[in-house]
This record gives sequence, C-alpha cells and structure tokens, in this order.
Amino acid sequence: MATSTISAGKRPRTGSILLKTVMAVTGVIFVGFILAHMYGNLMIFAGKDSFNEYAHHLREFGTPMLPEKGFLWIMRITLLVSLVLHAASAFLLWSRAGRARTVRYVQRKGEWATFVKRSMRWGGVALLVFVVFHLLHFTTLTINIGGTYDNPADRLVASFGEWWAVLIYLFAIACLGMHLLHGIWSAGMTLGLNTSLDMAERLRLVAILVAVVVVVGFALPPVAIFLGLIP
Amino acid sequence: MKLTLKIWRQNGPEDKGGVVTYPIEGVSEDMSFLEMLDVLNEGLTAKGEEPVAFDSDCREGICGMCGVMINGEAHGPERTTTCQLHMRSFRDGDEIVIEPWRADAFPVIKDLCVDRGSLDRIIQSGGYISANTGSAPDAHATPVPKDDADRAFMAAECIGCGACVAACPNASGMLFMGAKITHLGEFPQGQPERDARVLSMTGQHDEEGFGGCTNLGECSRACPKGIPLNVISQMNGDLLRAQRHRA
Repeated sequence: MATSTISAGKRPRTGSILLKTVMAVTGVIFVGFILAHMYGNLMIFAGKDSFNEYAHHLREFGTPMLPEKGFLWIMRITLLVSLVLHAASAFLLWSRAGRARTVRYVQRKGEWATFVKRSMRWGGVALLVFVVFHLLHFTTLTINIGGTYDNPADRLVASFGEWWAVLIYLFAIACLGMHLLHGIWSAGMTLGLNTSLDMAERLRLVAILVAVVVVVGFALPPVAIFLGLIP
Repeated sequence: MKLTLKIWRQNGPEDKGGVVTYPIEGVSEDMSFLEMLDVLNEGLTAKGEEPVAFDSDCREGICGMCGVMINGEAHGPERTTTCQLHMRSFRDGDEIVIEPWRADAFPVIKDLCVDRGSLDRIIQSGGYISANTGSAPDAHATPVPKDDADRAFMAAECIGCGACVAACPNASGMLFMGAKITHLGEFPQGQPERDARVLSMTGQHDEEGFGGCTNLGECSRACPKGIPLNVISQMNGDLLRAQRHRA
C-alpha cells in the first residue's frame, strides 16, 4: 500500500448528505410517533369512554416514575426539536437545490419526479401549516369546531360533524401519505440501506405499506364520525 | 426526414443566449444524432453562419464527451449516449428541442458545450487509489470475490458524461460520485483510503455548487450506462461510517 495522497479536503459548509441524515433520523422518529398516534385515534371505535380513558392515560403514563404529564412533555419536546431540525434542513437543501440550477430548461420531461419533488416540498409546507392548525384545534383548544365540550371524545365527534373539518383533515392525511411514500424510501436511501436491487424493492414495499396503513388508519375515524357510525 | 430543430445558441459564458429554430431536410434515419447536427453545421457553414458548437469525441458511446438535452431528456429518448442515438428514434416532421446540460456547476462555454471540470475536481479530491509506481503487481496477488468485482465493474461503467446531473431536478452530482465511490470501495485495494475518499469527495461535490439528492431516481433513468440508484445509498452509508470512525 502506498502512502495515501487524499487530503482532508475542504468542507466549509454543512454537507448536504449530513442534512439529509438529520432529515432521515428525525423522519424515522415521526413515523414512530405517527403510528402510535394512529393507534390512539382508532380507540374511538372502542367507544367514547375508551377513547377518553386512553387520552387521560397519556397524561399519567410512566407515573409515579415520571411526574404527571411527564411522558407527554418528553414526547412534545422530542417532537418539537425533531420538527425544527427536519424543517430547517429541508429549507436549507431546498434553497441549495434552487441555486444549483439558476437557468432553467426550456423543455423538461420527468413529470412524475417533478410531482413527487413538489409533493415533498409543498406537501411538507402544507403539513407544517396543518400541524399548527391541529395543535390549535385539539391541544390548546383555541379553535373550537361544532361547539365546546369538556372531554376529548365529544370534541372529536362534534368536530367531524362539520364537512369542511373532515375535508381539511383528509387533505392533510393525503399530504402525509405522499410524504411518507417518498420519505420512507428516501430515509432508507440516506441511511445506506439500499445496497442492492432486492433491498430497493423491499424499501419500496415498506414505504408503500406504511403509507397505506397510515392513510387508512387516520382517515377512518373522521369519515366514520361524519357518516354517523360512532354513536 | 424533415425536421425542425430548436437549438440553444449562446455565444459565450457571458452571453444571455436563446433558442434559434432551424428547419433541416434530407436527414436519413440511419444517421446518428451527432451526424444530423454535422449536416446542419455543414449547411450553416456554407451559408456563412456560425456552426452550432457541441462536444463529441469517440462517437461510440464510451468516452462520455457528448451529451445534450433532447426534448427535455438527457441524451434523448433512448437509454444511450447522444452519439449512439439514431434518427430512427424520431419521426418525420418532428420538432426537436436541443439544450445544453443545465447546472450552475456546469457553466455553458458556448451553445451546447458545457464545462464539466467540476466532475474532474471531484475525482481529483479522492476518486482514485494511491499506488506506488514500479512494476505491475501480479494479477492474482490480491484476490477479489466475484460478486465484489461484478459490482465494482457495474459502477465503473460510468463514463462521466454528466447526464445524471442534467436530469436531476436538484442538479445533484451524487450518482456520478456514488458510482466512483462504490467502484473503488468494492476492491481490497480501495479500503485504506475508503473513509478519506468519501469525506473528501462529498465535500468537494458541495463546494462545486451541486444540489443535494432527493432520491427521485431521474439520474439513474437518464444514465446511458444504467448505473443503479443504490450507489448513492452506498455512498451515504460509507459517509456515515467514515464519520463514525473519525469521531
């Protein structure tokens, strides 16, 4: 072996692959949270009492090892930090991509890739706006839809009695599905999991499976409530 | 065949440039795309006009010198290089839009010629294996498993034409770089410098102003050599490993 002639190289700014790794890791955290959130939502099918009990239990989870709402706050802080890192990396990469091609093509094919790219970027922005709305709606109770109630289950049922609330949530769920479809694949790519053509197929399959499960699982409660299937 | 060509003309790096329309007749469908451009240029020269500048060298699909955007696709509608694309892939009366690769890391020199020196600088930053000079080592001195050799050869097919960058919505050079890193990283001889290579090359890539990868796969679809997307994932994994080793 000869003496290596590769120098350390210049790396004055945060590498784009590092930013993508941050997005992949925080994205995996979100996928875990979303699956747990979906499971909680489906509790409404076991009755309003089960749903309320579940919501209450979240506040007491881990007590007496943790103070009341301790677990909830650990989750909230983890998610908030992840969200800031995920979105900041995304915007940084978005702006770098814009500067990488300042003169556009006169004619361009690759409609599907362009659609997926937009669904990730603009769909991601839509999700960000939705998260704010969703927190104002069900967490801080700033936005009341269909009246005010003192328990989560009644609030849920009253909200989804309104067609426009159902539409807002279904649109957000569709954005989430598209985001997961490409996001899970992309996270696998970034974390170095796609090492062969077989692995690529498996990654695609996992992404499709999770996206379908999440879309169906999240869409079921609002649709069922709107159709009056929840007593 | 009778065609209408819409070609990007730009008189130099500082010129703003624009699309100029050229009708062309008497094109045979057995001509290669570059031969068709040669016919156009002969006509332009006879009329005393400036011929369209485009790059080409081997014209047999192995050097990576040629490459233009044809109707919005890198190297045109077939999976091959521009020189190996034939006019039978088009129909009589077609309108063909021809543009240079578009990326700020590939500045236009003239018309359809771009400066791909940024790819060379990525290679210079670590896309090689340091070797002592002297007599060649015995071919069987370092055995390489067949699967590794096959994957290395698959990645080594990259001819550095830049179609991946041109096709990428983010003008990223990651397929090119991933191919080189996978190629060298599959060999025992490539191991000692594996970490330094990926750190240095990815740093140079960003320094050149290429965008980041969003894993859409347009690069791999445009690649005349069919380099798969998994070379990018290999590179990402290698970079994570290199950073772990350094920490």
